[in-house]
This record gives sequence, C-alpha cells and structure tokens, in this order.
Amino acid sequence: MRTADRRELIVVGASLAGLRAARTLRERGFTGALTLVGDEPHPPYDRPPLSKRVLTAPGRPPGVALPVPHELDARWRLGQAAVRLDPVERTLTLADGTRLPYDGLVIATGAAARGRPAAEPPPPPGVFTLRSWDDALALRAALAAGGRLVVVGAGFLGGEIAAAARERGLDVTLVEAAAQPLAHAVGTTAGAYVAALHREAGIEVRTGTTVEDFLTRTDGRLAGVRLSDGATVRAGTVVLALGGVPSTGWLAGSGLAHDGGVHCDPRLRVLRTDGSVVPDVVAAGDVARVPQPLAGGERLALGHWTNAVEQGTAAAATLLAGRDPARAPGPFAAVPSFWSDLHGARIRSVGLPAAADETRVVEHDLAGRRLEISYHRAGRLVGALTIGRTGRLASYRLALEERLVPATAANAPAAT
Amino acid sequence: MQITVDMNLCESHGQCVFAAPEIFSFDDEDRLLYEAAPDDALLGQARKAAAVCPVRAVTVSPAAS
Ligand SMILES: Cc1cc2nc3c(=O)[nH]c(=O)nc-3n(C[C@H](O)[C@H](O)[C@H](O)COP(=O)(O)OP(=O)(O)OC[C@H]3O[C@@H](n4cnc5c(N)ncnc54)[C@H](O)[C@@H]3O)c2cc1C
Ligand code: SF4
Repeated sequence: MRTADRRELIVVGASLAGLRAARTLRERGFTGALTLVGDEPHPPYDRPPLSKRVLTAPGRPPGVALPVPHELDARWRLGQAAVRLDPVERTLTLADGTRLPYDGLVIATGAAARGRPAAEPPPPPGVFTLRSWDDALALRAALAAGGRLVVVGAGFLGGEIAAAARERGLDVTLVEAAAQPLAHAVGTTAGAYVAALHREAGIEVRTGTTVEDFLTRTDGRLAGVRLSDGATVRAGTVVLALGGVPSTGWLAGSGLAHDGGVHCDPRLRVLRTDGSVVPDVVAAGDVARVPQPLAGGERLALGHWTNAVEQGTAAAATLLAGRDPARAPGPFAAVPSFWSDLHGARIRSVGLPAAADETRVVEHDLAGRRLEISYHRAGRLVGALTIGRTGRLASYRLALEERLVPATAANAPAAT
Repeated sequence: MQITVDMNLCESHGQCVFAAPEIFSFDDEDRLLYEAAPDDALLGQARKAAAVCPVRAVTVSPAAS
C-alpha cells in the first residue's frame, strides 16, 4: 500500500499557467494537499477572447471559463492576493494575514497591464487598460456607448482592440510611438502589412507619436488626447495597450531574482539574486523569465498563451521530481508560438521573430491575405510568421524543434 | 481511438498539427485535415494535441470497440 502523500503544494496565480500546473500535478499522481491562490474573485478563465469576441459579441458577453476537472480536488483561495513569500521558512502570506506553509510552490502570477508612469496624475474616467475579465466588461460597455476610440500602442493587443471596435462600427485611431507597428516584435515587413490591414479597415494609424496629455471635459471626464506631434484627437474612450509588466511586487524581500520577471533556470526552478536555485519553487507563464536558446540563451518572459500552457506543465513536472535525479525532466525547450486575429486575417507565428537580425519574405500578397516570412539570427532560422498559410508553419516549427532538442541536450548539465 | 474536431470552434491555430503531425495537417486553404481513427500507437500524440488546442476543439476517445 502507498503511504498517504503529506506534502502541501501551493500554486500562486489561478489562471492559465497555474491551472495547467495544478492539473499536471494531479495527472502525474500527486495525492497530497493542493491549494490555488488567486487575487481575482473569478475562477480561472481564458484571456485571448477578451480582446476579440468578448468585445464584439452582440447580446450577452460570451463565457470564457477554463475547464476545471473535478479530480483537481484543490482548495481555492480566490479573491486573496499573495503578499509575501518566505522561501527559508517555506511560508506564503495572504492579504488577510493567513500564513500557509508549503513543501512546494508554483509562481504563476502572470502580468498586469502597463499603465501611465506612476509620476503622472491618474488618467481621467474613460481611460482603460485590458488584462482581466472585469477590464473587458468595462471596455465593452464603453464601446457600446459609441464615440471615437483611441488605442495607444499598436502591438498585437492594441491592434486587436482597435479591430474589435472597428467591427462594432466605432471610429478608431491607433497611436504608435515607433515608426511602424510591431516592428520590434516581427520586423518592418510584417509591421507594415498589419498597418495596411488596419488602414484598409478604416482605422486611422498615427505612428511616431505618443500621448502627451488627456483632455477633459468640465465634469472631469475624458474628451480626447493631445499627441506629442501637436495634434489633438477627440475621443470618448482611450485604451492604453502598452504591454504587460510581470506581477512580481509580492516577491519583494523574498531574495528571489525578479526584475523583469521571475528568473528561472532551464528547468523552471526559481533563482535567487546570487543565481543559486531556490529549493522547491518553480515558475511558469507570463511571470517567468526563462533562458531562450533561440535568443542565444537570454532570459525572456514571453507573454504567449501556448508558453503559459507548456511551462505550467513543465514546471509541475520539475516540482514533483524534487531532488530525485532519476525523475528530473530535461530543460524546457518548447518552440514558442503566438497567434493574433486581426480583421479576419489569422496571424500565426512560431519561434522568436523578435530575436532575429534578418528577415526573408517568402510570400507577400496583401489583397490575397497571404504572408510568409522567415526569421534568422546569425544565419540560422529562429522563427516564422504567416497569414493565411498556417500549413507552412509546421515545417518551420519542426526545423526549430530539431535545432532546440540536440542543442539543449548538449548544454544540459549531467544529472547530479 | 477516435478523434473528433469541432470545426465550428477550430481557428486553424495549428497547435494540433505541431503536436501530432501524423494525425493532423492543413490543406492549401488552411483548412484542418485529420485522421478520424488513427492507430492507438498515436494515443500520446493525440492527447497532447487535445491539451494544446487553444479553443479545445479536439476530443480524443478510446476505441469504440
Ligand atoms: C486581452 C488579452 C488577449 C490575449 N491574446 C492572446 C493571443 O491572441 N495569443 C496569445 O498567444 N496570447 C494572448 N494573450 C496572452 C495570454 O493570455 C497570456 O500569455 C496568458 O494569460 C498567461 O497566463 P498566466 O497564467 O501566466 O498569467 P495570467 O493569465 O496573467 O494569470 C495570472 C493570475 O495571477 C493573478 N495574480 C497576480 N498577482 C497575484 C498575487 N500577488 N496573488 C494572487 N494572484 C495573483 C492574476 O490576477 C491572474 O489571475 C492575451 C492576453 C490578454 C490580456
Ligand atoms: S489546435 Fe485546435 S484550433 Fe488549432 S488547428 Fe488544431 S483543432 Fe483547430
């Protein structure tokens, strides 16, 4: 007979990566106590629809809940933020003062929307960010009121919000600081292609400019924005889509390295500021900064759905293996992938286009909605992006996988 | 084993094609093609495909017989 597992495992962050980690712990036979802590009051839900059909669907907003299998048998601490981690005492403190002891812990607190710099006065009512279900409902209501929408930041998220508002018939202005949307993420060719899609859909794209100031009405509500190029744009609603900031504030004082995300080793074990491994603590998803072989080993937090799923799974496996070298999984080496849906065009990408120093355009057809670009770094393939050619991605992905697997096997330290 | 894909949900993400290339593929128009009753040896691949589909369109059921 197996003895009862007395270990207590805690997952902090009850969303995509955290739920995947929790499910994996159970699927791999963990029978001890499992607690999920989340600061949102809602059970886990999926975020990609928040900038797509949640904004556009007529009638009631569509459901986005993630399925929670009943075999999960977890204790839920929802609506409770984790406020302190003590990796020496092995305790987690919650906002209400409860201290939870743990034998193993998964950090999956994701990211928050980047707002205006803290030094500036808070923006007037009518200015939104989009990260959570509550944010999406608020923005949905604002879009229903009509008027012009200004989206600040023409990344994938900003682009999707602009497209959703346009689909609802709003007038939309998209403001981007760089000369080309998405240039640093996927290069100028794909960026120009996406800008053309926006303009074709009737969105006003203003590049090379930023928001200086918000204009307000006498009642204090938003009236528009003043741009750094001197222009003013009247608007009823503004969305700041300036990217995400990893949610690591609660790790202050823990000794963990967490600038720009929680630093991890290739097996997703969390590191201290001196680079040593914190025992029995792993991280996954948007909060985790993990060495990326395709970016020359640089630690990056990716912010993609598939990454959160794959790291959640891998981090759970690492946690269960503990210090047993026989069970230790290999280094995390999944090929990143990303998608975005804009004006009916399905943008799909694999690898790390942002790490490239060279792009090769294989196909470029704006009218036919087809695009195929491969990305290279020091002459070697690091990524690919397609529109209307998803079928072609599989071979790029395979090539990247073949490159990653032997590379990581060779770099992996001998099991100790 | 039996595979079903809810084509009303599928958004051609291709994650299933990456996870289980012997079962799933695309045609020239980016429509998903798949083997409805693949060999049981591919069960692991099939489960992985179902787990990574962002819209949960893939269902894997053990052989009916
Ligand atoms: C609007 C939107 C659209 C997106 N669209 C796409 C897309 O098309 N394609 C794509 O690949 N990716 C997309 N993404 C990214 C994708 O959703 C994320 O990569 C994914 O959600 C990451 O999951 P996660 O679990 O790591 O983090 P999150 O989903 O951010 O979850 C972290 C959870 O932890 C909670 N938390 C934070 N701090 C604490 C604390 N101290 N204590 C307790 N709980 C805490 C948070 O409230 C949250 O619930 C989109 C994201 C957004 C916001
Ligand atoms: S992963 Fe899902 S959405 Fe993507 S192609 Fe396969 S079935 Fe369709």
